Amino acid sequence: MRITLPLGRNNEDAFSHQPSAISSTFFAGIHSVTITLNHFSAALVFSFFASIVFGITHRDNARDMVRYGAYCFVMFLGGVLVAGWAMWVLKR
Amino acid sequence: MANSTTEKSKAAPAEQITAMAVLAPAVGWLIPGAGHMIQKRWIRGILLLVSIVTLFLLGLAMQGRIYKANGGDILDILGFIGDVGAGGLYLLSLAMDWGQGAIAFATADYGTKFMIVAGLLNFIAIADAYHIAIGKKQ
Repeated sequence: MRITLPLGRNNEDAFSHQPSAISSTFFAGIHSVTITLNHFSAALVFSFFASIVFGITHRDNARDMVRYGAYCFVMFLGGVLVAGWAMWVLKR
Repeated sequence: MANSTTEKSKAAPAEQITAMAVLAPAVGWLIPGAGHMIQKRWIRGILLLVSIVTLFLLGLAMQGRIYKANGGDILDILGFIGDVGAGGLYLLSLAMDWGQGAIAFATADYGTKFMIVAGLLNFIAIADAYHIAIGKKQ
């Protein structure tokens, strides 16, 4: 995982006194953040957040939500690992 | 058979379309999780907000692409439908001209998918907020 934080700020905007230029500089700073995830960490992040939403929306009470969220997370990651090994077997 | 169907429809309580049933999905579309928060489901709302916004922002930070309405290609249209589910985040991205760069490396494509999935997850959250509003779910 590589995380690169603010790059490429526009210095002309940074020294401008116009309010609109200040806000555009602020958003330019946010937009220049670059995150590079490898395949597994991308799958991990995706599984985590998608499982939270699935847990909340597919069950009625808190206990079942946690259980279903954990189940989805395990299934997502299990699926990734099984698919990964299956592709490794097919490639050989 | 016809009689049992009629009996079932008579027995089922009529779903009340209240102001909240309209407001919650609309607010939930604009701000992910807000449809739950205005119905006092604070923890669920905050978790939905954090999950969907984080996925969307990670997608942007991975240099993912935002689809526009006039894509032409069927896959672009499907991508647009996914993206538009993110509501306010999608509108903000268009306004700030984010996510318009060419995909330069493999993980940028993951970013594009993260943003589509964030929108689709928000559609599910909107449906859930509606079900709470009509009393179908607690």
